[in-house]
Amino acid sequence: MKTIIDITALKKDYHVGEVTVHALRGVDLKIREGEFVAIMGASGSGKSTMLNIIGCLDRPTEGIYLLDGVNVAGMSKNERAAIRNLKIGFVFQSYNLLSRTSALENVELPLMYNPNVGSRERREKAMAALEAVGLADRMDHMPNQLSGGQQQRVAIARSLVNDPVVILADEATGNLDTRTSYEIMSLFQELNTKGKTIVFVTHESDIARCMTRSVVFRDGHIIREEEVKSRLIAAEMLQALPVEEE
Amino acid sequence: MNTGNLIKVAINALKRNKMRSFLTMLGIIIGVASVITMLAIGQGSKKSIQDQIASMGSNMLFVMPGNMRMGGVQQGSSSSQRLTVKDVAAIRAECDAVVAVSPEVRSSGQAVYGNANWPTTIYGGNEQYLEIRSWGVVSGRNITDSEADGSAKVCLVGRTVADELFGEGIDPTGETIRFKNIPFRIIGVLEEKGQNSFGQDQDDVMIAPYTTVQKRILAQTHIQSIQMSAGSAEESDLAEAQVEEVLRRTHRLRENEDNDFEIRSQEELATTMTSVTEILTILLGAIAGISLLVGGIGIMNIMYVSVTERTREIGLRMSIGGRSVDILLQFLIESILLSVFGGLIGIVIGFAASAVVEAFTSWPISVMWSSVILAFVVCTVIGVFFGWYPARRASELDPIDALRFE
Repeated sequence: MKTIIDITALKKDYHVGEVTVHALRGVDLKIREGEFVAIMGASGSGKSTMLNIIGCLDRPTEGIYLLDGVNVAGMSKNERAAIRNLKIGFVFQSYNLLSRTSALENVELPLMYNPNVGSRERREKAMAALEAVGLADRMDHMPNQLSGGQQQRVAIARSLVNDPVVILADEATGNLDTRTSYEIMSLFQELNTKGKTIVFVTHESDIARCMTRSVVFRDGHIIREEEVKSRLIAAEMLQALPVEEE
Repeated sequence: MNTGNLIKVAINALKRNKMRSFLTMLGIIIGVASVITMLAIGQGSKKSIQDQIASMGSNMLFVMPGNMRMGGVQQGSSSSQRLTVKDVAAIRAECDAVVAVSPEVRSSGQAVYGNANWPTTIYGGNEQYLEIRSWGVVSGRNITDSEADGSAKVCLVGRTVADELFGEGIDPTGETIRFKNIPFRIIGVLEEKGQNSFGQDQDDVMIAPYTTVQKRILAQTHIQSIQMSAGSAEESDLAEAQVEEVLRRTHRLRENEDNDFEIRSQEELATTMTSVTEILTILLGAIAGISLLVGGIGIMNIMYVSVTERTREIGLRMSIGGRSVDILLQFLIESILLSVFGGLIGIVIGFAASAVVEAFTSWPISVMWSSVILAFVVCTVIGVFFGWYPARRASELDPIDALRFE
């Protein structure tokens, strides 16, 4: 299997006034194609910094970061923007959809920043992505006409539309109730089964057990890294939930 | 992002806040409309004054008595009695740039016909007087030089005088009216000139031979002014120099003495009078310009609000691949669209307002294309200038902070 993310001796320091905060103190991490990795840790453990660096939103102070074989650690702001556009899909806790903009247009957004995609191709890809997340009949709906779960599906479709090498989800189920969380996890598992590499930051252990591997951060180090044994299947958990009274 | 997409995104963003976009544009709309209307009014009043002055006569020059000293005391020009018929004769004989010359005397008084009477002014001139003032006779005939020589008691009346004494539209030629108790036979009616730029009725006049007014009404030997026509507009300056030379000699002024008369030309008068409206135009335009500036500040203000409000959107756009320059252009295009749309609407309203003013004032109001182009260019510049800083601020946001912004 091809290595998508290859991080070696990565360090990240922040300067807050006169104090230097060591957010990451030498991290090695390899994520191979088709993996579904949970990144866990308490707040302040460095997991958010890790996600920002993996997502090319931030650059490391030291170390090597190869994304899909390309060293992105030393890239300029604009180069990183282009990398994000082509190779990364983001899913956020609070969806971050544009208000008063239809689901379809929200999904089209990443392709608007790709000069090689024409308007017809953009529309087709966006429609395909929405179909893949099961929202073919909600394309013209505005975000405020959609439930939280549906909004997160739109956000997932948006992260898929540019066919990224890795999808980064930051607490993507954090705002959702248990049932909807399982629905979303079931969707992620389905995407993973189809070969998508996913990195998922969470602090819920049942959510983490839906993935293939978990990486736990503390104080800027990886303290535990293990394959998930007895992996949970979100679709089964969904069926096991008591049926809601209508 | 390519330009087409950027414009589409900007239009969508403005459409999301229709009321706010409209109110922001309103500042620019009012600014542009007032600039265009004010400049059009200024231009219109200037044109109206120029038309009035042109209607006074063709290439006209006139000599008025100037200040003079009497035993070291400066005398007012009205007390001067230095201009005489001899000066007129000398100008006629010697100044070849002057094609027509006439003395002018005037007196105010009551014109009486039967039981009707009307206060008016009688002007005395010679046969060339009407030609100099480019005034036509609609019925009857002009006064002749022989009538002037004989102090004949004949007169021409303006339309207003005829209307007031004889009734609306009646031709009084051949009738006899009295002015200051002296009977005048009406030999003709003057063509209508209407009001001048000061609202004065130019048809409220009588014209008689200057000798008649001088001797029978005023009982004086001097004249009040000399009216002349230069051969052409280009000869106006030459005529002025020739007249000055002749009058200095006939008035026996020594080298070191100031002129005791003043020569004015129509151009000078036009310049003096239009300079007032020009100042007014600049003033009105400046006030309108300030409102345009305030409109621009309104755009800047709303763009700042918009950038703050949409911080998360900016963060999102950056995280999915928007470069700083994409964000900068997005907000810049929004502000340019606001100001240019506002400008276009303002131009339309400016035209409409000018037409309304024209309908109410009957000034010849003309919207200058230069002011339309100016307004449009200024709008675009305002859009770029006032949009730049908010757009710049948006583009410099850090995507991580922007995404976390509450």
